[in-house]
Amino acid sequence: MGNALRLAAPGREALALGISPGLTLADARARIPDLQVVEMDPAADQRLLERLADFCDRYTPMVALDPPHGLVLDISGCAHLFDGEVGLRNSLLARLESAGIETRATVAGTPQAARALARFADIDIVPCGSEAHAVDGLPVAALDIDRESVVALTRAGLKTVGDLAMRPRSALAARFGSALTARLARLLGEEDTRISPRRPLPACMVERRFAEPVTWVEEALEALSGEVGRLLETRGEGGRAFEAAFFRTDGKVLRLGLETGRPTRDAKSLMRLFRERLDSLADPLDAGFGFDLIRLSAMRTEAFAPAQASLDGRQAEEEEVAELVDRLGARFGVEAVTRFVPVDTHVPERAAYMVPAADLPRAAHGWQKPDPDGPATRPIHLFDPPQPIEALAEVPDGPPLRFRWRRVLHEIARAEGPERIAPEWWRHDRCDGLTRDYYRLEDAAGRRFWVFREGLFTEETTPRWFMHGVFA
Amino acid sequence: MEETLNLLRRRLSALEPASIGRREGEVFGLGLTALDDALGGGLARASLHEILPATQADAGAAAGFAAGLALRAMAAAGSGQDMVWVRQTHAERETGRLHAPGLAAFGLDPARLILVGVRDVVEVLRAGVEAARCAGLGAVIIEPWGSHRALDLTATRRLGLAAEKSGVTVFLLRPGAFEEAGAALTRWRVSACPSTPLAANAPGHPAFDVTLLRHRAGPAGLGWRLEWDHEQHRFRQAAPLSGAVVSVPARRPAAARRPLARTG
Repeated sequence: MGNALRLAAPGREALALGISPGLTLADARARIPDLQVVEMDPAADQRLLERLADFCDRYTPMVALDPPHGLVLDISGCAHLFDGEVGLRNSLLARLESAGIETRATVAGTPQAARALARFADIDIVPCGSEAHAVDGLPVAALDIDRESVVALTRAGLKTVGDLAMRPRSALAARFGSALTARLARLLGEEDTRISPRRPLPACMVERRFAEPVTWVEEALEALSGEVGRLLETRGEGGRAFEAAFFRTDGKVLRLGLETGRPTRDAKSLMRLFRERLDSLADPLDAGFGFDLIRLSAMRTEAFAPAQASLDGRQAEEEEVAELVDRLGARFGVEAVTRFVPVDTHVPERAAYMVPAADLPRAAHGWQKPDPDGPATRPIHLFDPPQPIEALAEVPDGPPLRFRWRRVLHEIARAEGPERIAPEWWRHDRCDGLTRDYYRLEDAAGRRFWVFREGLFTEETTPRWFMHGVFA
Repeated sequence: MEETLNLLRRRLSALEPASIGRREGEVFGLGLTALDDALGGGLARASLHEILPATQADAGAAAGFAAGLALRAMAAAGSGQDMVWVRQTHAERETGRLHAPGLAAFGLDPARLILVGVRDVVEVLRAGVEAARCAGLGAVIIEPWGSHRALDLTATRRLGLAAEKSGVTVFLLRPGAFEEAGAALTRWRVSACPSTPLAANAPGHPAFDVTLLRHRAGPAGLGWRLEWDHEQHRFRQAAPLSGAVVSVPARRPAAARRPLARTG
């Protein structure tokens, strides 16, 4: 900071000896010659904070980071699972202390009040509705506003939050801005805001705690799949995306995600997909000292329509194929299993694109029918990118007489063309490449190729030839 | 004693693999009577067939032949209208990607195709066995690249058993591979063949030179020259080649009047 090295976070003993944050290194060393100094590593601090947030996930899924060294947890509705707010707070503090992290925690009605009290006071739990009383004595810095405003408020004689609370809000807003009054209202518990959690919230979740940490997870996953299935059934929904979270005793969390093409709530098929997923991991799940909590969440759900038998009986087949797609996707990745979607364009390499089959509930139709008059004009294999070849052809637009590709010389016996495909000039972003003249060629051995010449013969340029595809 | 023997006999017959003889309605013809008769009615559905291109450059022809056979198998089955094609992603540098408009022009509707792209031969086999077990499919084409330790007798036998159980016809297309021991019902070698030219010496319909290398339920060693009809989805006899080796293009003048340019 500035031109001097400053201390960002002195330890407890240094603070006791009079070193305060912001002191320059030289000053500090002058006071205590054998001071131990470690370079600040914000990235590592951030990672540690994220890991602690992951650990706190076991108490509630709504965890938000409060950098540089704070976390905000929304425990509304979860506290009863841990013997109330007191039990939750004690359990959290005990585990963090045993990991060597000194923590201060406060439970309050609004996130801002809890944050302020944790930092500036030493209160455990604020009874419901008495935030105003609890924050009364806090300094104005607890409002989390910038330094200039703090200085301005202090100069105006408003040193504590209580002082501010007594003044009429309109006057404060006129003098210091409406942001200040909004924060004040939240701090006093008059307004409430929601935190933005780090991870997306699941639609529903079931979990299992183990008094003795376990390393074998399949049994627990089976039971949890059954529970989630029943839960989804009571809601009349099926899940499209699931996540299994395994919480280790040392705080690390391992997650396994799953996506299906159709909403499902069948425990058996879910378990099959999870088994595929577990098999596909490069290393098996590292349990460390064991998992003490396993949670299965349905991240995304959709209305579940029970299958109706279709007239031609294809329903069962379609379901089987959809299940196969899910299984292959769980095994090899959702991107590995694809279907084609047609695109209305002349450019061959863009005439179709691939979409994960799980995302495509119905196959995409709209392909051109085979030409009744002649053979296929498009190859079944296409090279991406087209491969350059050397060709000998008549000028200006005769087909090649022979060409060399991959070091093999091909003599052309039959040829058809040119078919001109020009780049799409109306697409500004994709106006690449020159005009192409495509030829269907067949060599003496009977192999059929799709070759194009890029560019036209002019005074300055000589066009180049490429191999684009191979016919059947 | 008698009862025990009968029970044992019944148990043994249940354990034996299904016979590879002809069963009614369980074969699909290729569309050419002479060929179908030589095959004893056609190729068996719900089994494994192997297709090898003669050389590296015939990979396109072999893929077309496999697609044609798959279409015939699905048409004969009546049920199971979707098919799965398993390929290796890195092999696409060698052979190129499957081009959907080209498949549509060949007669294979890309809406029926599910493509699976995996990393290596072991994964191709795994995906192939999974797909072969899905009774809702009509056909599966498995395309591992080259020869590999994993493609042995056991693996092909597993594919064949899965196909029999589920009723899916499985085609093992092996570009870049040599002929090896395998448990496929039939094994074909395919190479590209000059087509019957259209007007103005244009290349005609796809033509293949196929040889039946191995047939577990009949004679082998025969070869045919086939042409694919993409309208009716069947193979027909290709016209015989003319006697001359290379046909002289009619356009070429005795003395070059137009300049020839070498480009590229």
